[in-house]
Amino acid sequence: MLAWLHRLASPKRFHGLAGFFITWCGWGALVLFASGLYYSLFNSPPDYQQGESIRIMYIHVPAAWNSMFIYITMAIASLFVLVWRIKAAAAVARACAPLGAMFTFLALATGSLWGKPMWGAWWVWDARLTSELILLFLYLGFMALQSAIEDKDAAARAAGVLAIVGIINIPIIYYSVEWWNTLHQGATITLSEKPKMNTDMFISLILMSLAFKFYFVVAVLRKARNEMLEREQNSQWVKEMLGGSDERK
Amino acid sequence: MNPKQRNRLILITVIVVCVGIAVTLAGIALKENINLFYNPTQIAAGEVPKDASFRVGGLVVEGSVRRNPGDLKVTFELTDGAEQVTVHYEGILPDLFREGQGIIAQGRMNAEGHVNASEVLAKHDETYMPPEVQDALDKAGNIEDAAAPGTSSKPAKGY
Amino acid sequence: MSVNEFFHMGGHGFYIWVSYGLALVLMVTAFIPPIFQERKLIKQITRRLRREQREQS
Repeated sequence: MLAWLHRLASPKRFHGLAGFFITWCGWGALVLFASGLYYSLFNSPPDYQQGESIRIMYIHVPAAWNSMFIYITMAIASLFVLVWRIKAAAAVARACAPLGAMFTFLALATGSLWGKPMWGAWWVWDARLTSELILLFLYLGFMALQSAIEDKDAAARAAGVLAIVGIINIPIIYYSVEWWNTLHQGATITLSEKPKMNTDMFISLILMSLAFKFYFVVAVLRKARNEMLEREQNSQWVKEMLGGSDERK
Repeated sequence: MNPKQRNRLILITVIVVCVGIAVTLAGIALKENINLFYNPTQIAAGEVPKDASFRVGGLVVEGSVRRNPGDLKVTFELTDGAEQVTVHYEGILPDLFREGQGIIAQGRMNAEGHVNASEVLAKHDETYMPPEVQDALDKAGNIEDAAAPGTSSKPAKGY
Repeated sequence: MSVNEFFHMGGHGFYIWVSYGLALVLMVTAFIPPIFQERKLIKQITRRLRREQREQS
């Protein structure tokens, strides 16, 4: 199983696989964004209490889900870096951080824009909002640590420890609305219960969430692939791939 | 997995478990401080600070909202199902403020045991639906079972 | 539904359009640089490989 993992994560194999996923997830993201935007702006009803402002949810919730999903991806990749020293995993973890920070910021900003008209405040220090803000700082800390250490392998390991320890914040974000009294409402969509929303709203939310996920896959692989190419530029497979096409001319 | 890798894995697991325990303990110790607001029951039991600002959360009692004609002063009752507390506020209320809605008010206790609020925030629940569905539910008269925020399944929780 | 009504969004237009706009701007800005970076990188490496080949022969 581990030999298989190493082969799968070999830089050459990673490059090929990344290319495959970038192409197909890229098309998938385009289709999903088109249908998701159509549903969320035109084909879903206003809310009985919140009116049209419910449409902010179709950006806010996918961004917040992505912010947590990307963190989990980053922590798992860091585990592979720390334990098995897989180079491709280090590239993925490093590529995750700025994207995760971006989606966390987007979730916080759209949350503010939703909170002002509905709750009556841009920001409150409740457990959900505060733990999501901590997530942003974890991402920024990860990026700072990566750039503070000169040696790239050492940097990936040090930041990896931070990423793995910080995973504790994820269940705190998720369950904060149940464990404490918060202004933020509970989860609408859970695995155990029927979603507490209208079908068209649910479709809008799911389409946009999938679009955000596909976007992340494409964006993270593009970044990671570039980094691998730069680091591996003296290895045989890069020479074959780029030098080979050159000889034919 | 060679022994070196196994040791790394064990070390990481131990670190995560230790930090997890530390955070859990901190969370339990700070539980009261992390809660954003007090319930009317807690206020009735005298758990709130006497001379400091605090938040109270509850449902606006139906028919309790009294607006002062001519200015923005408003008085209403908050309930959590067990106890009630009177809140005075002057200012613009959020869009979602209405009777039966969950709200959170920040303010201080006055001499009569009422809360003088400086800020009122509306809390909505996790149920979303189109207005027509709500109308239909109202007509059917089963609003309580279906959708009214906070009044239905779990009134005491969170409010 | 008129175009104006659509952009007005029942009075919440500002909050909604800023949200969607912000999402668009952020996601596009994050996506563009790696594309150019990749092109530059491939050009650089190809040029270096060609030079090395020429030096060898």
